[in-house]
Amino acid sequence: MIEYALYFTVGCYGVALLLNLWRIAVGPDAADRILALDTMVINVIALLVLHGIWRGTAMYFEAAMLIAMVGFVSTVAYCRFLLRGDIIE
Amino acid sequence: MSFVAELLISIALVVSGIFGFVGSYGLVKLKHSLQRLHAPTKATTLGVGGVLIASMIFFYAKTGHVSVHELLITLFLFLSAPITANFIAKAYMARNLSEKELPESQGAFGWSVYDDPPEAGPERK
Repeated sequence: MIEYALYFTVGCYGVALLLNLWRIAVGPDAADRILALDTMVINVIALLVLHGIWRGTAMYFEAAMLIAMVGFVSTVAYCRFLLRGDIIE
Repeated sequence: MSFVAELLISIALVVSGIFGFVGSYGLVKLKHSLQRLHAPTKATTLGVGGVLIASMIFFYAKTGHVSVHELLITLFLFLSAPITANFIAKAYMARNLSEKELPESQGAFGWSVYDDPPEAGPERK
């Protein structure tokens, strides 16, 4: 039963990643692209944890944690660059 | 693994998958840029939260130990998501809205998106 639920959830997040890619390609403003990229990072965190459940190993939590941190920092840095024209003033 | 644990894990996984999909579908479907900020919050909170709850139940049922790594990821995401949304909204406002379109800031200074920060210090009056 867990296996089928995993197939369904991985499918959902795969389609969600494709929709985010579409928003990155189309998005009229740079803010839309940053938002889509941030959502992609969150979806990838979910996919990593799902992969950990699938393999039955807890090794992927560190990777998910690192991706969460790096994604957050990159989003804030890019917004800061758009906002002030500089990242560290 | 007992049937109840499998059922709980499957329910959490399916619910989180639906919410993750809804978040990204809203990102495509909603019309305005500031409306689009609303959709991915579902993917952040309920989507990733459901996956992490499923993972906690799974590893507890498998090994018998409670793992706290998932709580760390959840905590970090819940702390960082509002900051990210605030920054994206500020970036959009600074690029697309002029200061005249906004209401007064009701303070001594203008909105921080458009003005330089005031000269702060202990001697400020």
